[in-house]
Amino acid sequence: MTQAEVLPPRLVWQEAEVRRIVQQTPTVKSFFLAPPAWHGFVAGQHIDVRLTAPDGYQAQRSYSIGSPPEAAEVELVIERLSTGEVSPFFHEVVQVGDMIEMRGPIGGHFDWQASDGGPVLLIGGGSGVVPLVSMLRHRAAAAPDVKMGLVYSARRFEDVIFRDELLARAAAEPDSALHLALPREAAPVAGPRHGRIDRAFIAEALAGLGAPPKLCFVCGATAFVEVASMFLVEIGVPFAAIRTERYGGTPAEDPIKADVAPEE
Amino acid sequence: MATRGFFGRRPADDAAKRLPPGQYLERGFPVLSAGPTPHVDMASWTFTLKVGPRPVKKWTWGQFTALPRTAIHKDIHCVTKWTKLDTDWDGVSVDAILADAGVTPPTPWLLAHSFDGYTTNVPYKDVAGDMGIVATSYDGAPISPDHGGPARLLVPHLYFWKSAKWINGLQFTERDEPGFWELRGYHIYGDPWREQRFTGDP
Repeated sequence: MTQAEVLPPRLVWQEAEVRRIVQQTPTVKSFFLAPPAWHGFVAGQHIDVRLTAPDGYQAQRSYSIGSPPEAAEVELVIERLSTGEVSPFFHEVVQVGDMIEMRGPIGGHFDWQASDGGPVLLIGGGSGVVPLVSMLRHRAAAAPDVKMGLVYSARRFEDVIFRDELLARAAAEPDSALHLALPREAAPVAGPRHGRIDRAFIAEALAGLGAPPKLCFVCGATAFVEVASMFLVEIGVPFAAIRTERYGGTPAEDPIKADVAPEE
Repeated sequence: MATRGFFGRRPADDAAKRLPPGQYLERGFPVLSAGPTPHVDMASWTFTLKVGPRPVKKWTWGQFTALPRTAIHKDIHCVTKWTKLDTDWDGVSVDAILADAGVTPPTPWLLAHSFDGYTTNVPYKDVAGDMGIVATSYDGAPISPDHGGPARLLVPHLYFWKSAKWINGLQFTERDEPGFWELRGYHIYGDPWREQRFTGDP
């Protein structure tokens, strides 16, 4: 082997142009980036962005990728956190044509590719759905015969990120299912549950897979992930089959409350 | 090159000096784990010291918590960018564990093992003296399960993924053995002040 093959790959910072910006919900926008040196990624991975002020001060944050590996651009889906330092900048300042410094992809655990197979259960709370949507999109493109269910809790119907796409996928793709829960309001359409995710809701989604899940991915605010992953354990899903990503957050700065039912 | 229109929100100077590059100040205590939180039964809790594959000594919870204790007051830095200042921990130093087992470090490398199968590597020199402890208390109370209780490794001068939650053993290894995240793209050593986040970072 040459030395180049022995050395691990290094994640280098690069400037990516913002090609498109799409308002997804009242508080969420997608930013489509075109990094010049990009060698693909696995659905579920994230990137780091680094912003630099004129005096050299820098801030870094991690954002999950919503686009599938098949897409030409890297879609960052960013929720505006009113007390945040970086997300308000993205929402209020960033325009098409801006250059954003980034590096990635990052993460080798909370990810799924066609060769991993299924069935797969995805459980997302709020913007925690973003890496899961990358997996759903990748499944549709690369492994449409893999059974995949998405349990998704959003505050209200208008807060459902990728709402039209998710509803359309659930209707059109026979092996993909959507289990939507809206704790704060009844949906204007049939289907979504008005209420929080509880153990029975998750058990129902698992049953819909037709066979025990090979993998479960749970992503969202910490309290959401804690409770949802515990439900999976209690239902009998093996510990090792459950992968989690906690977006962290403390009550003061986290607008996504734990929209799951607590332990009885 | 500056990012157009970005001015940022700097922390106060005294806090800024304590923030490694790329980190921001966090006042809460976020939780990050690769899987569900294991709830470890104290009655069956054990801690095992190994040299290579060979177990050298095993402690029950009662035996372990009776070992000499070390308190640590330090800032902690998570690779996901948050830094929390002035955290207080209490536990058993790695040196106290080795002393109780009558072991002198046979190799320069340690691998920490956890109840959930998690592993992470830490050089012995980074836990020598009072640099690294197996913590059983945070802020004067038992460590809650989501923060790694009943016991977690604490090596505060490295990124916090090195401070393995739900620890149940330390193992001396023949070489520097990458652990869970180190095998998944994260840095083999993880010094926040040199910003060693990912594989290949200098």
